[in-house]
Amino acid sequence: MNQTLTSHVHAPIATTRSATGIPTGRLALWWVVASEIAIFGGLIVCYVLFRLRHPEWAAEAGHTKLLAGAINTFVLLTSSLSVVLAHQAVSDGRLQRAFNLLWLTIGGGLVFLCVKAYEYTSEITAGYTIGRSVFWAFYYGATGLHALHVIAGMTVMGIISFAVRQGRDVQRVEYAGIYWHFVDVVWIFLFPLFYIASGLD
Amino acid sequence: MPHSNEEAAHAHPRYVLIYGTLMVLLLVSIFGPMLGGKAVILITAFGVAAVKALMVCAYFMHLKFERKYVWWILLMCVLFLGVLFFGLAPDVMKKEGVNWKNPGLGRPASTAAAAH
Repeated sequence: MNQTLTSHVHAPIATTRSATGIPTGRLALWWVVASEIAIFGGLIVCYVLFRLRHPEWAAEAGHTKLLAGAINTFVLLTSSLSVVLAHQAVSDGRLQRAFNLLWLTIGGGLVFLCVKAYEYTSEITAGYTIGRSVFWAFYYGATGLHALHVIAGMTVMGIISFAVRQGRDVQRVEYAGIYWHFVDVVWIFLFPLFYIASGLD
Repeated sequence: MPHSNEEAAHAHPRYVLIYGTLMVLLLVSIFGPMLGGKAVILITAFGVAAVKALMVCAYFMHLKFERKYVWWILLMCVLFLGVLFFGLAPDVMKKEGVNWKNPGLGRPASTAAAAH
């Protein structure tokens, strides 16, 4: 541990206590991820079941924007890199670099949302609204819920970044990172389901 | 800052190298399905997606260096998704069973929902 950092570190009990072999705060985060698996997993399982029953949805999926989905996948994977590099920077005691990388990640989230907003706008104006069919209900439900998680992750990183720059609660960079990576993993599955599977009829 | 013994024991992986691999896999998942064919689409889109997700979990989320029971917590959740899938599949995929019929099967989803 960086000696200059030690004197500034505020250590809440969830960081120092480790009854299960890992810090309690991180264990709590894993439970959050586990509950999110149930939320998104349930949605994805239901979509897959409907999709198997309705081959005609392939035509509907053909109207989603593959390029926009691919750009968003690239953006989220890149933001995953930046947040894990922020965690590494904190490990090395480079707090300003961690702060910058956290804001780079937030910027990635913003780009993701802008691309999503472009997609929604062009799809809705073309008549592909949430009420058009069950496929579009799933599409807007799943991607909208995912976008809310992106916003939540951006908000959390924005809040913790200023404390991290001052050397306080630096463990939160890893926790925010784990959450952000999970949001990335969800998108990795949503991308082929809604954008690529149009060839499966 | 390392805040547990096991984290202090492992060095950070080469994240940029892992990111490069993920980018190559992303290209495969975009252009692979254009070759056509169900098997090719399933492998290049969904198979590659599973590999990408595992790489992110293992290296970026540090599950590779995490205690094994965390894997089990997460795998249990995935297992329950399997229960959900196979539990609901007969209702969705079959036309009739013991003491029940599914008149909506084969119709577009919007009209099938109205039939219930």
